[in-house]
Amino acid sequence: MLEPVILLTALINGLMFGAIYALVALGLTLIYGVLHIINFAHGALLMLAMYAVFLLFTQFQLDPYLALPVVVPGFFVLGYVLYRFLIGKLARGKDQNILLITLGLSVVLENGALFFFKADIQTLNLEYAYDMIEIGPALVTLPKAISFGASIVIGLALWALMAKTDLGKAIRAVAKERVGARLMGIDVDHIFAVSYGIGIACLGAAACLLMPSFYVTPTIGHVFVIIAFTTVVLGGMGSFVGALIGGFLIGITESFGGLFLGESLGQIGIPLIFVLILLFRPTGLFGGKA
Amino acid sequence: MKKSPSSSGITRRQLLAQSAAGAAVATGITGFPAILKAQSNSVKIGFIHPASGGLAYPGAQSRLGGQMAIEDINAAGGIKSLGAKLEAVLGDSQGKPEIGASEVEKMASAGVHAFTGCYQSAVGLAASQAAAKYNLPFSIDVGVSDTLVNRGLKNVFRMADGYGRITSDAVDNLNQINQGAGSPAKSAVIVHEESEFGTGTARLLSGKLKESGWEVKDVIKHANPTRNFDNIALRIRSMKPDVVIPVNYPGEYILLAQTLKQQRVPFMASYSVLGGGFNFKFLDEKPEIAEHMIDFNHWYDPTSAKAKEMRKRVEATGNYFTFEVYCTYNSIRLLADGFERAGSKDPDAVNAALASSTLDPLIMPYGPTKMVNGQNMGARAVAIQAQMSGGKLDAQVIYPTAFASAQPIFPRPA
Amino acid sequence: MRSVKLQTLGVGVVFLVALPWLLDSEFLIGFAVLVLYSATLGQSWNILGGYAGQFSFGSVLFFGTGAYTSSILHVTYGINPWIGLLVGVVMGMAVGAFVGFLSFRFGLRGSYFALITLAFAEAFRILANTVEFTGAGIGIYIPLRQEPANFQFTSQMGFYYVILAFFLISTYITLRLEHTRFGARLMAIRENEDAAEALGVNTFRHKMLAIMISGGIGAAGGTFYAQYYLYIDPYIAYGVEKSVEMLLVSIIGGMGTVFGPLVGAFALHSINEIARHYLEAPGMSLVVYGVILVLIIGFLPDGLIGLLKSKKKAGDDA
Repeated sequence: MLEPVILLTALINGLMFGAIYALVALGLTLIYGVLHIINFAHGALLMLAMYAVFLLFTQFQLDPYLALPVVVPGFFVLGYVLYRFLIGKLARGKDQNILLITLGLSVVLENGALFFFKADIQTLNLEYAYDMIEIGPALVTLPKAISFGASIVIGLALWALMAKTDLGKAIRAVAKERVGARLMGIDVDHIFAVSYGIGIACLGAAACLLMPSFYVTPTIGHVFVIIAFTTVVLGGMGSFVGALIGGFLIGITESFGGLFLGESLGQIGIPLIFVLILLFRPTGLFGGKA
Repeated sequence: MKKSPSSSGITRRQLLAQSAAGAAVATGITGFPAILKAQSNSVKIGFIHPASGGLAYPGAQSRLGGQMAIEDINAAGGIKSLGAKLEAVLGDSQGKPEIGASEVEKMASAGVHAFTGCYQSAVGLAASQAAAKYNLPFSIDVGVSDTLVNRGLKNVFRMADGYGRITSDAVDNLNQINQGAGSPAKSAVIVHEESEFGTGTARLLSGKLKESGWEVKDVIKHANPTRNFDNIALRIRSMKPDVVIPVNYPGEYILLAQTLKQQRVPFMASYSVLGGGFNFKFLDEKPEIAEHMIDFNHWYDPTSAKAKEMRKRVEATGNYFTFEVYCTYNSIRLLADGFERAGSKDPDAVNAALASSTLDPLIMPYGPTKMVNGQNMGARAVAIQAQMSGGKLDAQVIYPTAFASAQPIFPRPA
Repeated sequence: MRSVKLQTLGVGVVFLVALPWLLDSEFLIGFAVLVLYSATLGQSWNILGGYAGQFSFGSVLFFGTGAYTSSILHVTYGINPWIGLLVGVVMGMAVGAFVGFLSFRFGLRGSYFALITLAFAEAFRILANTVEFTGAGIGIYIPLRQEPANFQFTSQMGFYYVILAFFLISTYITLRLEHTRFGARLMAIRENEDAAEALGVNTFRHKMLAIMISGGIGAAGGTFYAQYYLYIDPYIAYGVEKSVEMLLVSIIGGMGTVFGPLVGAFALHSINEIARHYLEAPGMSLVVYGVILVLIIGFLPDGLIGLLKSKKKAGDDA
């Protein structure tokens, strides 16, 4: 089990999925960093995005990677509207309320999906889904490799958005100092909604990158909620770099956990990390605020 | 996945609605279905299968077979001793034991007379026990756990074989095949799904393999569903077994086989026991993966003319002739035989008739039917291998010799 | 005023005790069983969440622990499930203490507390799915033997009286919360924990007690489930669905009130039955329920009970 080839392959496998986890976490950490809300609907919205990718493929034969320019803006709009007209309005600023509203939203989305799509497991039948490419000692399916690359690119694009554009500056201003930003003429409510929208757009991207290698079912969100929160908490709430590195670390943990502890027990790594971080280092690796 | 015709079945909701039309309502509260007596004279058979969820395909295949049997039996006059036709009441277990059990409860209170199910042993255990509360006959169509028939319940019956004998026969056969090739294989890894079916079968396999001198390098458990076998493939690669033994449901069976091939994991043979995904559909859709895989499973008698006829008939409807179809078909025949010989709908009488059944196994490669504690002792499973024949990949029975249509190819060619 | 309230409660209890005879239908009694069962579990959440203000998203921990404790003792060691019930309640309290100690000692509040309870539940699920003595992925099947001494009944009525007892006990506990200093302090913690601490309330001890009571009640609900359905597995016992159900009935009914969970449970199961009667596919009832949750948070923070109260008030004023 400890042969370098095996370990290296496990590492590479972990990084492949880790990139996608990072993308999911990026959205969540952005939402937390700016809005200071914990978006419990994150998993359910990812599930919704995955169904969207599935439908685009089965109804319109749209390849999931080519669906990116459709799904990403589409889910940005969905996120914007959700925050502006539902979450923001109903929450009235109370932390507790937002917790429950996003939870309620996830219940509605999951059970709605269950009703409309049934509990069947849906996968995409891509022609190239099983073409393999060699990365070192590992044989990786083509979609996984593409998704890995795409996650990096999207992550960088997001960073560029936040660091270099006016919008990015406005978002960072609001995240840092809400009242001051408003005084400077920034439409804070709009920025909130935009931030939430970007967070959900990340889910749209992640869905396009996940579907070729994964599957969708109404409850798939549950799996990703834990992973996303652990990643964000590990990396540090509100930290981009943290989300990226956290994503890779979680992917690797999952991979090695499965290798050494078996498929069943191997999953314990993630909630364990979650608990330990929350107890001993709640700000995570790179987070600032408590 | 093809849709199966459900022309002859009614859903539970329709059953309740039907009954409601003709019986007194128990309370005045509107909107609540009340407990009602069945109106028509038919013998109602509840179908408990996973109509939705990850096992929707085998669930649909089971329904197909069962409804076909009901059609055929009704066409031949139904239950003549009762002057009644059979009627299917379709239920969805959603692949979960607790839902299967609650479907049984609901159907029992709505006047269903017997049940067939459940594809999964896990669901079968819970559902048949729920039926035991009412002593209603429960005929297991697919579900190999021997716990199903070992609980001392008088209402549970199974035409098909259980994992106790299946694993013995499978190991015997593997040994035979291995010896026939000069005994090149010495080690194995078992990969199984985590519920009663996979875990129970794997446990027995592991014990019996070790008894005959095999080294069982690992027994790897996985969840339902599992859509990523990279780690397991890696684990198997690091173990370097001669034979890989999958015991799981269709989705995972196929994905595991695929992953092992893509990851170029080397081994002499894949010898699955009760591999849920080994069937004509798999051979058709993924021949490059299926070729040379061996499975030890429920299968029809390839020499039987009636079997060939039934296969043509099923394939003409656009469906595959998978084991769920004919196992459920026979399960319904068993129930019908019970009602016919009992001449009554009374559960005790039917259960007694079922216990003494000598039903002709029809298209199955079984010995004569004899029920002991609800288990048909005549049932056998066989070994099948995917081999090229006439330019097309086909499933050949390779054991036992009485039913074999080809020689085993072992180890698989490089 | 007090005696009027006491009278109404008395009438209520008598009504509930007589209910099976009034309903005279296995199906309806079964419905009542489910309502009281959900209400009891909701009460478990309510004590910690509604009264003490600590929102748990992992209350299934207690449920699953109770279910597994009594089931393992019963199936593996042949111990009578009634005794298993009591042991389960103790185990539930122990798990509550464990989670509470870690969370509260390390100062986790609000969303962080919610998240860590979620993580603990998930960790327990993974462990239950791995270790042999819980049956791992197979789960635990409880053999059929329908005798009251075996905590199995041939008719719904038997189960009804058991769950009624659980419900009445948990309701009594909650009533006492409303009328004792302990409860008042819990509510103070809910309103402003730091202020309560500053005023001399030992917030840690109070929260610990709240979570332990919640644990005990949840565990009792778990044992009841196991005996009623005769099957549990890691997904049923520690899956997130149950956690959501426990908090939903409380919040929708009215958290921080004695009868909120009952009202919420009644609403949930009524919607369920109606949805199932008209639609074959599962899921719609919870969609409705989720929408109601969102609407309640937005417009009716006191839940359905709040709605009833304000209607009553309007009626009184009229």
